[in-house]
Amino acid sequence: MSFSSVRNPPPFLDSEDQEPEYDTRELDSDDGEDIFTGSGNKLFAATPPETDPTTDIFSEEGSFTVEKNHPPAKTNGVQSDEELDLFAEATVELTLTTPNSRGRKEIIGPTGPLSTTMSTQNSLHMHNSLNKPLEELEEEESGDTFELNIAVTNPEKMGDGMNAYMTYKVSTQTTLPAFHIKTFSVRRRFSDFLGLYEKLSVKHHLMGCIIPPPPQKSVVGMTKVKVGKEDPSSAEFVEKRRAALERYLQRVVAHPALLQDSDVQEFLEREELPRAVNTQALSGSGFLKMINKASDAVNKMTIKMNESDNWFESKLQEVENEEQLLRRLHASVDSLVNHRKEMCINTAMFAKSVAMLGSSEENSALSRALSQLAEVEDKLEQLHQEQAFSDFFILTELLADYVRLLGAVRGCFEQRMKAWQRWQEAQATLQKKREAEAKLLWANKPDKLQQAKEDLTEWEAKVGQCERDFERISSTLRKEVHRFEKEKCRDFKHHIVKYLESLLRSQHRVVKCWEAFLPEAKAIV
Amino acid sequence: KGSNEESAPSVSANSIKITDITQDGETLTFAITSQKSSSSAGVCVFRTYEDFDWLQQSLLSQEDVPGLLGVIFPPLPGKPLPSTSFTQAKALKQFGFLALGDEWKIYCKALELYLQQVAAHTTLSKSKALSSFFSSTESPGKHRGKKGIFKRLSHVMEEMRKEGHKDVDKFFQSERDSCTHLSVLFKVSTEKFLDTVLTKQKLAVACGHFSTSLHLVCNHDNPAAVTFSKICLKLSDIIEAVKVNFEKVSDNDVSSMGLALDLESRYQEAKKEMLFRRTCKLVELEAANRNSERAKPNKKAIMEGVQKATQKEFNLISSVAKKEIEQYHRARVSVLRDFLVSWCEKQLSTAQETSALFSQHLEACRGFVV
Repeated sequence: MSFSSVRNPPPFLDSEDQEPEYDTRELDSDDGEDIFTGSGNKLFAATPPETDPTTDIFSEEGSFTVEKNHPPAKTNGVQSDEELDLFAEATVELTLTTPNSRGRKEIIGPTGPLSTTMSTQNSLHMHNSLNKPLEELEEEESGDTFELNIAVTNPEKMGDGMNAYMTYKVSTQTTLPAFHIKTFSVRRRFSDFLGLYEKLSVKHHLMGCIIPPPPQKSVVGMTKVKVGKEDPSSAEFVEKRRAALERYLQRVVAHPALLQDSDVQEFLEREELPRAVNTQALSGSGFLKMINKASDAVNKMTIKMNESDNWFESKLQEVENEEQLLRRLHASVDSLVNHRKEMCINTAMFAKSVAMLGSSEENSALSRALSQLAEVEDKLEQLHQEQAFSDFFILTELLADYVRLLGAVRGCFEQRMKAWQRWQEAQATLQKKREAEAKLLWANKPDKLQQAKEDLTEWEAKVGQCERDFERISSTLRKEVHRFEKEKCRDFKHHIVKYLESLLRSQHRVVKCWEAFLPEAKAIV
Repeated sequence: KGSNEESAPSVSANSIKITDITQDGETLTFAITSQKSSSSAGVCVFRTYEDFDWLQQSLLSQEDVPGLLGVIFPPLPGKPLPSTSFTQAKALKQFGFLALGDEWKIYCKALELYLQQVAAHTTLSKSKALSSFFSSTESPGKHRGKKGIFKRLSHVMEEMRKEGHKDVDKFFQSERDSCTHLSVLFKVSTEKFLDTVLTKQKLAVACGHFSTSLHLVCNHDNPAAVTFSKICLKLSDIIEAVKVNFEKVSDNDVSSMGLALDLESRYQEAKKEMLFRRTCKLVELEAANRNSERAKPNKKAIMEGVQKATQKEFNLISSVAKKEIEQYHRARVSVLRDFLVSWCEKQLSTAQETSALFSQHLEACRGFVV
């Protein structure tokens, strides 16, 4: 896989002189999510965006290779170059372009800053999105390779009061011929994303496909934003949502069938989308309720399918078990994140108290050491904060996404069951029609017989159709499950690597903090 | 006889170590080894908290030490109550950092420091009680001696008034003021630091839960499931490493910085108490002066006698106190320095170990074929 060898984080990230203010970088090379506070890193001025609109600042990891005949690799979210202008004074990285061995331009750049309308001081923007590895090299060699990168950025509040809503910029960069231009972006609101899901989930030809579910609605979160509270928690909420929407789209386009879907392409390309209605049913809890209601109804009918092999039955059980497990894991990590936040608060308070000690202390060397210690603790607090975000965005959200994805998988199994039901019902009806025809034959009523024969033909066709539908759903589902399982492994591995990288970065900085403090402590006389 | 002028060979402060602790029901027994400064032969004695308490009371009640009131007495940690009768929360409230740490490790260290401080003190090291503490085969605490007659700081209104009594000496007035101010700040810092340590422990526990739950993902039905299980186990190992790091970091905290803050707080209290004793004597002196002035002729001589004696005591206390305060300032900075350096070195070493471990895990994970 070429991508892992070409990653070159810009040198300044490891520089000792840096204050721990990191801008929002792409996944593996970035450190944290400090906001563009303006007290930026003056050593590196933002390079002006290149005039060529196609050489966009998409992270090289985003290289999303679409195989014509194979399932595509993944996307990655990144920033378009317009964002650079907004943050010219902020901590922005160099724009590096490093050609890789295949001659493609790999570009590393900043990602997902918040729009300037959100002026919060907290570090909260986290490295975003999936970073799925590229497809195997051998496959690239055989098929045509195309790229598609998606980024969701720039949340902006439109409107006022309770009618306010957020829009997000959806940027696409692609070499797929299906799209008219290479780089484009549109603005979408949350209900548009839900609408997309709704359209996809009722398409007949997509039956059996695992369609990624959209992020959950949140009345509380959105109300705060609407009301205009510009506090850390509402900023956090917006960032969480932005990242979730990005992952959602990336998963959608990672699916070969969905990528080719006209609704998906329209979503990415079209300037104005008609307002999506009926998205109530798809709110987070509504979505799950829908699934659970369906499974309850199905269970009540005590459908016992005659399975030729029990692959489906045992797989469904597996899926259900795993979903429960992931829920537990999610709760575990959530609690971890909360403790880390508590750690931040406590460390900050301790730092303050030490600072006061330092200023009251009469012995000058001791006083200086104590002031230094206060600064060390401040730095550690920042590290805890960043690590809390790492925990959250890398692990917690991953687990949450997969709980929902497994719900979607269960939904597919239910679709298959319904298809089977329809087939059975059609067969039952056909049987009745046959009996009716037989009766008419005996009763010798030729005119009604004609009707009966026509009915019979119709229902034989229907039965045939139902059977084909069922077979098709079954085979699609099997393939989908296999694809999903492989995907899940890659996804998890990728995120674990990301998580470890963030842990390692954090630890290096802790080491530096203590190394810096040691001479101060020794200097006390 | 209890004479302090016997030149009994004194115990070498550096040699004092608490090497073991055993618990029998509610009683804790400490094994203490020490050497006399004149010989290399080690002595081991077994003492309970009662013995320590006896020692402290004996020191406080020595009769023929001039200006004893001006001595800053090394503070003895409070009486330990084994966990059977105390909840963790109560213990924390009572002892702060000394309640943490495995098996009384930190508490023992604090006791050890107490003995070292007494043995290193120019005046107190000569006490017979001290040498008896280290050499007597019998438990000296069994014979309850006189209780200290000194006023302890209490919150009685009367006492509060005396504490604020204006001093006649600028040096002492400023010492009293800074003492009050600093001791509040140190208390706050100690509390806040304790909070951070407790949160680290909570984090370790949360990591433990997460790590254990990941083990439950074990499904071997098909290749993808096997791979996924392996991935989850890898994550479990990583989280376990995070947990161990938190435990080590909080251990380092408790055993150096925590102990340092605790010691500093208690020593500041001891200094405050000494200053208060001197202030009380000042109040007494001023009362004696007034009495002497207003005394009727028949009482005048007696009152003047009392006044002279009180003045002499006060001067003695003040001169001892001054030396003690200077010694205190020197020692305190040196002790804090040692603890800060030790804390920093421990944390640095732990951070480096953890860094290396994460690095190994990262290599392994990157190489993991999916």
